[in-house]
Amino acid sequence: MKAPNFNAACPLPLSQYPHVMMAHGGGGKLMHRLLADVFGKAFSNPILDTRHDSAQFNVPAGRLAMTTDSYVVRPIFFPGGDIGSMAIYGTVNDLAMSGALPLYLSCGFIIEEGLPMESLWRVVCSMRDAAKNCGVQIVTGDTKVVDKGKGDGLFINTTGIGVIEHGQKITPQSVQPGDAVIVSGDLGRHGMAIMAVREGLQFESTIESDSSPVHEAVLKLINAGVEIHCLRDLTRGGLASALNEIAESAGVKIAIEQKLIPVREDVHAACEILGLDPLHVANEGRFVAFVAVRDAARVLQIFRGCEVSFNAEIIGAVVEKSTPLVTIKSGLGVSRILDMPTGEQLPRIC
Amino acid sequence: MKYLDEYRDGNLAQKLAAEIHGVTTKPWTIMEVCGGQTHAIVKFGIDQLLPKQITLIHGPGCPVCVTPLEVIDQALEIAARPEVIFTSFGDMLRVPGSTADLLSVKANGGDVRIVYSPLDAVKLAVANPTREVVFFGVGFETTAPATAMAVFQATQKGLDNFSMLISHVLVPPAIEALMSSPNCRVQAFLAAGHVCAVMGYEEYFPLVKKYRVPIVVTGFEPLDILHGILMTVQQLESGRAEVENQYARAVTRAGNRPAQDLIGKVFQVVPRKWRGIGEIPQSGLGLRAAYAAFDASRKFKLTVHCIDESAECIAGLVLQGMKKPNDCPAFGARCTPEHPFGATMVSSEGACAAYYRYRRRDVKERTVA
Repeated sequence: MKAPNFNAACPLPLSQYPHVMMAHGGGGKLMHRLLADVFGKAFSNPILDTRHDSAQFNVPAGRLAMTTDSYVVRPIFFPGGDIGSMAIYGTVNDLAMSGALPLYLSCGFIIEEGLPMESLWRVVCSMRDAAKNCGVQIVTGDTKVVDKGKGDGLFINTTGIGVIEHGQKITPQSVQPGDAVIVSGDLGRHGMAIMAVREGLQFESTIESDSSPVHEAVLKLINAGVEIHCLRDLTRGGLASALNEIAESAGVKIAIEQKLIPVREDVHAACEILGLDPLHVANEGRFVAFVAVRDAARVLQIFRGCEVSFNAEIIGAVVEKSTPLVTIKSGLGVSRILDMPTGEQLPRIC
Repeated sequence: MKYLDEYRDGNLAQKLAAEIHGVTTKPWTIMEVCGGQTHAIVKFGIDQLLPKQITLIHGPGCPVCVTPLEVIDQALEIAARPEVIFTSFGDMLRVPGSTADLLSVKANGGDVRIVYSPLDAVKLAVANPTREVVFFGVGFETTAPATAMAVFQATQKGLDNFSMLISHVLVPPAIEALMSSPNCRVQAFLAAGHVCAVMGYEEYFPLVKKYRVPIVVTGFEPLDILHGILMTVQQLESGRAEVENQYARAVTRAGNRPAQDLIGKVFQVVPRKWRGIGEIPQSGLGLRAAYAAFDASRKFKLTVHCIDESAECIAGLVLQGMKKPNDCPAFGARCTPEHPFGATMVSSEGACAAYYRYRRRDVKERTVA
């Protein structure tokens, strides 16, 4: 993944408007200047450049996938990413979970009055680079400015449209007993990166977010003719929530093994210190795949050939049709329930 | 991970378990005192490696669980004040008082913040001189030194906008209270390793002598716990009752003297009510008169109301080891971590929450009481 280019100077004269003001959302000249010089310049493409109220484009025959997500993260810049690239990758990844090729995105900005113009420009540049990295176009958007204190710097919503070029039914209902359960990489990095910055925790090394697009790894599976039953990205609630949701929707028992789950040593250590479980911690560039067991080795090989999923692992299997249940075998060889986290993860006393 | 994986090794665990099977000839009931140990036992399935004759029961060593309802209510009252920044360890935030929890107070506009150390609360008080910063000081001897250090620092800095709501508790008086109860079935204790890292283990000698009960200072990793159980069973089987130290890599006989001195300087031993158990004499720490200015309940002129617990909740019996969580008819049905009746279901260290998270589908285990 290419590092965002922050060197290009902000096209708005910073000396005049170093911060976003209410007038930047007021519909007058300042707003038009913001749209043209910041968003228009960074995201420029033929569809967006028509500057019409709605984007017009042709779609290929077949099925489309559509998804939307809103991004709120504090701080907006964090080790390994920022709210801008996250807003692109997150929505691209949601499309990828249907096996869709992502094509078009919309983006809505809600900006708190007083946000440094330079920060906005950095985020916008990061979105531009992320979109380019994923081969998607930002074709329409919206900007609102809210009073100081009524937002948290910057909120971004992105909606994505992608085309489904395969005939597979990738849904939780397709999950079958015997399916292999594969995670695309090591877990817990995004959540711990954010928590370390937010809470001012210092570890020996900086934990970087895993924020990244996963659609290429998925499309490679589809092109290789792998029988994919279900895909789910491991964002809030982590692996534990994703597996429980799928067990619930599919009506199955899923069994995984602790020792097979990849977690980096620094993330593991940070979780131990705070009393958190890496399986409950958020990721922004990881997903779990349920595939026919005969394809499992091939899936692993394909994943490991992609940068974003080079440390993928088979972590367990779907055992049987049953009342929904996820179990995990501990290092001592004993099985227990793996539950969804309750509410927010709270660090323990001791 | 170094210093961790070694103590979670599956093969070594099986060997220790086999050794425990080898020495066990009679039924024994052992209590692990600390909630952190309960959590590890249930999470790793340690109890399932043990002989059927050994029953583990889960002790009162969860500070979140034993903090009385009226103290939580005081915390809610203080946290709701507009001038207050209320600081607490994370897992106190979800503990229900009689009407709400700290997360709800936050949702209603209260300035409630998670801190990782009481010293962070002192820093907040320095940085926010126009606000009142209050720290919720709960926990056993493990967290007491940091609370004491915060009081000490606040004194040195001459802070008058910093105070604490204190509900610190002590382990040995709780063991004494359990042992002197006529219903007590506990035959041996795994003492909490981290409490002993601060306090040492000399204070357990009189208990061992008086009640003829083995006490083994034990760590928190699976191999520590299995090793602690092995040492305990060896004592029980040979008729010995001694204080032994399994957790020698962290605990010395005398403990951490500077930390003890600091506790002694700032706090005095006071009677304390334990949620679900009742008042235990000489079982808590309260601020000494010289530091009374840092007492939040005094500063905010709070009155203490005695509050009745949910009549259905058996948390008190669970905390005393007389019932298992899944003996409760409400367990997992009406009482869940999302809608807890009692504190043992709230904290991740609470016995009910540990059972709910890891094994709510198991068949009912045998009742201890």
